[in-house]
Amino acid sequence: MSTPATNILEVRDLRVHFPVRGGVFRRSIASCKAVDGVNFSIPRGKTLGLVGESGCGKSTLAKAIVRLVRPIAGEIVYNGISDSREVEEANFRRSVQMVFQDPAESLNGRMTVGAIVREPLEIHKVGQDKTRARQVEELLEQVGLPKGSAKKYPFEFSGGQRQRIGIARALSLRPELLVLDEPVSALDVSVQSQVLNLLMDLQRELGLSYLLIAHDLAVVRHVSDLIAVMYLGKIVEMGPIDAIYGNPMHAYTQALLSAIPEPDPGCRKSKVLIKGDLPSPIDPPAGCAFGHRMDSPKHHLSLGRELRMREMEKDHWVLDCPCCVEG
Amino acid sequence: MPAQALPEPLLKVEKLSVSFATDEGEVEALNEVSFEIGRGQTVGLVGESGCGKSVTAFSILRLLPKPIGKITSGKICLQNHNLLDLTAEEMHEVRGNQIGMIFQEPMNALNPVQKIGAQLSESFLLHRDVSEPEAWKRSVEMLEMVGIASPENRAHEYPHQLSGGMRQRVVIAMALACRPKLIIADEPTTALDVTVQAQILDLIQRLRKETNCSALMITHDLGVIAETCDEVCVMYAGRIVERGPTERIFAGPIHAYTRDLLASIPRISGTTKTKLKTIEGIVPSLSELNAGCRFGPRSGMPHSRSLLDQRPEFKEMAEGHWVEACPVCACL
Repeated sequence: MSTPATNILEVRDLRVHFPVRGGVFRRSIASCKAVDGVNFSIPRGKTLGLVGESGCGKSTLAKAIVRLVRPIAGEIVYNGISDSREVEEANFRRSVQMVFQDPAESLNGRMTVGAIVREPLEIHKVGQDKTRARQVEELLEQVGLPKGSAKKYPFEFSGGQRQRIGIARALSLRPELLVLDEPVSALDVSVQSQVLNLLMDLQRELGLSYLLIAHDLAVVRHVSDLIAVMYLGKIVEMGPIDAIYGNPMHAYTQALLSAIPEPDPGCRKSKVLIKGDLPSPIDPPAGCAFGHRMDSPKHHLSLGRELRMREMEKDHWVLDCPCCVEG
Repeated sequence: MPAQALPEPLLKVEKLSVSFATDEGEVEALNEVSFEIGRGQTVGLVGESGCGKSVTAFSILRLLPKPIGKITSGKICLQNHNLLDLTAEEMHEVRGNQIGMIFQEPMNALNPVQKIGAQLSESFLLHRDVSEPEAWKRSVEMLEMVGIASPENRAHEYPHQLSGGMRQRVVIAMALACRPKLIIADEPTTALDVTVQAQILDLIQRLRKETNCSALMITHDLGVIAETCDEVCVMYAGRIVERGPTERIFAGPIHAYTRDLLASIPRISGTTKTKLKTIEGIVPSLSELNAGCRFGPRSGMPHSRSLLDQRPEFKEMAEGHWVEACPVCACL
């Protein structure tokens, strides 16, 4: 193996479009641009938080990265190796694992926890039958599940424990990158903090890199190093946590941050209310999609321009749109 | 400023106990829950799943699933009238007319095969002596009030044609249609995005002020409580463990559960990458509740047998600030 690249993952101009079929012959009549030209990279051992409203393309992006959907263009470079080399498929699937949002729906209720966690080992032919049981025990212990959990079924566990099972399964192949799709949003706050602590501990112990998708901006801030804000299939702002939360430059990031209800009755802040809903990615408005939603007086300036990411300060990238970015 | 509660509260829940018949026998979902909502006040109920928040709401509306759920003791007084004494017909008059309800999942609260205008008209036809065209006209006005653009056209649409935020607006319009004195909002924004949540909370607060009604806000999100409520009740395992003015509870929580709950949430302005406070274990199952301090076994602090067996007194520690005074869990 060559020396490891500094970035565990690089995504270059990724586009995932879904055909919209209609008419008598189910021809493709339009396309839904779920992910439309996304660039980012995750440094080894770091966490990138990805935030945005439902329907902005977060989950599609995650699925494209773990190769559950096929992008129409762009490149996903894992560990310095581009995805075009098909031979790396098995290796890639071992090293990149996913944890899903709803642990109740992502675990097979008819399999024991031991069988669920063992399955990836069997599929990838890792270890021998005899040693696998021991490996499963270790994994379950690592995520903080009680002894003897392997023989039980998922329904015997609480929501937080089920999410731990999902994490144990994802860890079974010793991956380097975990894609976490809303890992704590189905959990109660007291249990949410347990799972977040576990994820932070595992990252430190195993040197994992995370792509964390979440809609709770306080959670993302707490565990991430970098953050990317997505709006209608595009990243509008990206950078280190402190830069984004301390000095948000894009109007959408500013509005998103001001919308968070702060658990402190002393500071009921005035909010920038965003009107309306996310526009449809099938028929996006011309020009800047967010300026259009906000009825920005400068929206006409964005018409006919191709919006590009610009580095405003070190590592702090903003989609350079005349109606959403000052100056 | 918390709204000053008038001497006689709008809603007074006194020692309400509710039990459910299950396979494991009778389990108690609520155990002597008491709280009040003053006129024009917003009171929050906060707690983890399964602590009895929604059961409280359904009990007030007398919508507990029959025959398994029943109110075993207590009183629910709306303007000094005990709702538990009313007949089923009289209760129809209360629901939707005096108490409006906003549910968590707007798609489940709306009829998918009926136009939203017709669904809204229903409240007017039921509770107000109006003709159908008049009810439709009022429905359109309600849609306009909750900020739905071109309400005349939207009234002819079906729920599936609207976005999540718009559906929740329709549900709010239905809840407010007959100008109720109290609205009960059960996790009104949990299913929504943070941006839409901000819109909806703003709308609920604005309309509540305009129509001068009170609200019971049920949520698990302490941020929502902090932003909208005058008073808050913290529930744990079927009981209120702490109750008081929102600012007091957030600034000086007395019960260990409230303290742990507040410490376990990541803050947008706090430190990053640090260990978060956790509450070990999970909410106990209703079938294995002890009689005494229920947070005791999870609190990580030693409780004597007698503390776990005997219910602590619900004491007023400061003006309006009530705490379940377990000597171990409650300290200043």
